[in-house]
Amino acid sequence: MTQPGEFYQRNRSVHPTALTPDYKTSVARSPRYSMISLQNSVSEITGPRFGHGDIDAGDNDLLTNYAKADESPIGERIILHGRVLDENARPVPNTLVEIWQANAGGRYRHKKDTYLAPIDPNFGGCGRTLSDENGYFYFRTVKPGAYPWRNMVNNWRPAHIHVSVFGSGFVQRLITQCYFEGDPLIPICPIVQTIPDADAIDQLTAKLDLNATVPLDSIAYKFDIVLRGRRSTLFENRLEGN
Amino acid sequence: MSQDLAYLKESASQTAGPYVHIGLAPGAAGFDIYRQELGHDITGPNAKGDRIRIEGRVIDGMGAPIKDVLLEVWQANANGYYAHPEGGGEVEDGFCGWGRIISDFDSGEWSFETVKPGKTQGRNVGTQAPHLNFWIVARGINIGLNTRMYFDDETEANASDPVLNLIEWAHRRATLIAQRSEEDGMSVYRFDIQLQGENETVFFDV
Repeated sequence: MTQPGEFYQRNRSVHPTALTPDYKTSVARSPRYSMISLQNSVSEITGPRFGHGDIDAGDNDLLTNYAKADESPIGERIILHGRVLDENARPVPNTLVEIWQANAGGRYRHKKDTYLAPIDPNFGGCGRTLSDENGYFYFRTVKPGAYPWRNMVNNWRPAHIHVSVFGSGFVQRLITQCYFEGDPLIPICPIVQTIPDADAIDQLTAKLDLNATVPLDSIAYKFDIVLRGRRSTLFENRLEGN
Repeated sequence: MSQDLAYLKESASQTAGPYVHIGLAPGAAGFDIYRQELGHDITGPNAKGDRIRIEGRVIDGMGAPIKDVLLEVWQANANGYYAHPEGGGEVEDGFCGWGRIISDFDSGEWSFETVKPGKTQGRNVGTQAPHLNFWIVARGINIGLNTRMYFDDETEANASDPVLNLIEWAHRRATLIAQRSEEDGMSVYRFDIQLQGENETVFFDV
């Protein structure tokens, strides 16, 4: 008999470390002591669950969820779609995926953003959805623009969409960013380059997916998200193999 | 060469950035878009137990409060059960146990109301002292930080808590223990999180 057990140890070699000085804000916001390693208890294995009562059906459509009737945001219309999987390549169903982004000109609808590119009156910039039973999700939106930021004098973020995912246990919680294939800003971005592993950066780069485009309507990008995997069992205090 | 184990690799974390509110707390960013924002009500209307408030700041290595931080909290109900199929037992109808909290843009102060959680089951045997699990993201934080908050009026339970006892430097355990005071008859627990430097809060690789 097997039961789901603890999550696999996080593979820190694919993640940024806390202290990454080229991304300047990390210097004062990174712990200096080592983390204490904690084997999973009920506090770590469990996590919040969300249902269709928590969100609305149109929350995943950024082309319409803030637009006035019969209007739509300006920009390249895209579909962002993919699956939420775990490290065992199993789908993660019914999990909450939330996104946020700048508009086509790189301006965020946030009271702290003062970039001179204008707000789009028909674009809010956030969306959310639940993955289906196969882990699949999609959003409709406009492709965000590049965005300047005060790090070094002339730093520009590549076009990106922020992505937040839950999984089934609180220790699977993940926030990341989705980049777009072929963007020349990716290799020179200090935030992207906090990631030590080139393959891990590629894994955050959505690929043009012509098969999923809607002809004469929207172009599509594919973005799969991988969360931590889980052992099969913890049986009589003894770990069974997976 | 050998066979490929064929596990996938977890997607790499990236900072939540300064505009995390747009996605996770749009009202704070300055616009209303959703029917309801998530994470405002941790307990629901039916939760039993002591109503408490928890407040604090997240402080950087310069001693300055972080004003664009977002915290999520995950906790058991007063009986020590999580709202999850593997959570140990039944919870009250509407009890969620999860909350999302942002700091004030001017002061960096944050606070939320909830019920005090009960003792939870230990990893293999025994019990864990009442605690809340925190996950902290912000601009400049590349991967969410996990920590726990314990209660200073649970001296006995804290002394036998298996996680606190994992921390070899006994004086660092105090960084996880919130200080109780009373305001208008309600227990208020103060939990300042120090990201770096003197009295750095203990963070966990969970």
